[in-house]
Amino acid sequence: MALRMWASSTANALRLSSKASLSPAFSLHRCFSSGILDGLKYAPSHEWVKHEGPVASVGITDHAQDHLGEVVFVDLPEPGGSVSKGGSFGAVESVKATSDINSPISGEIVEVNTKLTETPGLVNSSPYEDGWMIKVKPSDPSELGSLMGPKEYTKFCEEEDAAH
Amino acid sequence: MTIPQRQKLGRPLMKLIRLREWPILQQLHIEEQLLRTSSENWCIINDGTREPTIVMGVSGKPAELLEIKPVLHDQVPVIKRFTGGGTVIVDGGSIFVTFICNKDAVPDLQPYPRPIMSWSSLIYNEVFHGTGDFHLRENDYVFGNRKFGGNAQSITKGRWIHHTSFLWDYEIRNMAYLKLPSRAPEYRSARDHLEFICRMKDYISRSDFIDRTVRALGTHFSVESEELEAIQSGRSTKFSPLSRLLTAQEIESASCELESPKSLACFSSP
Repeated sequence: MALRMWASSTANALRLSSKASLSPAFSLHRCFSSGILDGLKYAPSHEWVKHEGPVASVGITDHAQDHLGEVVFVDLPEPGGSVSKGGSFGAVESVKATSDINSPISGEIVEVNTKLTETPGLVNSSPYEDGWMIKVKPSDPSELGSLMGPKEYTKFCEEEDAAH
Repeated sequence: MTIPQRQKLGRPLMKLIRLREWPILQQLHIEEQLLRTSSENWCIINDGTREPTIVMGVSGKPAELLEIKPVLHDQVPVIKRFTGGGTVIVDGGSIFVTFICNKDAVPDLQPYPRPIMSWSSLIYNEVFHGTGDFHLRENDYVFGNRKFGGNAQSITKGRWIHHTSFLWDYEIRNMAYLKLPSRAPEYRSARDHLEFICRMKDYISRSDFIDRTVRALGTHFSVESEELEAIQSGRSTKFSPLSRLLTAQEIESASCELESPKSLACFSSP
């Protein structure tokens, strides 16, 4: 189980570094061996959030996309709606399943990634960049404080995988 | 969310609803409501559905998956369901089995599509033990290399549903409403429907299948029967299910756009 986990983590890291076209902003961030980026905050339901000024971007993590399999459809809301911390705002379809996507923060949806309609696979190939899902104007930025940092999330994923 | 009562033996409680020829849309509505608003584990078994009905997955596109003209001409109902997966046509020869579970109901099971699919095959390994060459092949239940059970799932933060439509029997003419899907499992090898599927009735009777399924569940859960009326009386009027019947106009529009995406006729029909 441990060997498989390490191989999966290494594969994820390699996939991110070789396939993903990291922008200069992201390439400056450390990439943890488990495909987890520095500079982001993480929810226990495997979504990430990047807070930049008045807007926060949200997507699902590399760990999540790896466990879900090939994403073939992404169902996202319209801009202008609102999200609540921990509440579902959409879903991805992979294999034969729809899986809820939950927002790590509360706020107003100001932008939705329309590229995911035609190219849902961006969630797999670029979960932290081109695969972003929504941008939110946070209503309570202090909610970010309760989310996990990269080290904490790395440990969370390792413990979750080890437990099963 | 309350944790379901565990029996002394440590098996979690699972409530069983047995239906007969219940309309598939109503079954889907009950399932979605139980997934989203209940904190219990459930098994629903529906032995057949009265009217032949096409059921597509959440992202299904009628123009890509259906032979539109005969579907419209014969007024075959088309449903888009809340779970993922492919397209089936169901009728009285179908048997439906659904598991709705809390994510901690099955020890050591990660709430992701592939682990849930694998776990479900363990249940059916017990059901079909000594009967046919059963296995899970990619995401289908097969005897040999012929599919007789199609699966779909939906996973929320704390719960999941895995439901299956089994082809106990089918009408050959009904398969003509379905196109060969562009996204198909590798083992299908471009076979048309009749070469790809098989009938469960050639292996097991309806009653044996259902009895064995309940018995197999009993090795993993403490199963208690529940009456549908008990659920219906407690149903929340605020819950709006996603599964719905497509209108003829929606199906016709999809066909029109496929044939001629910019045709004015697509927009002028009432």
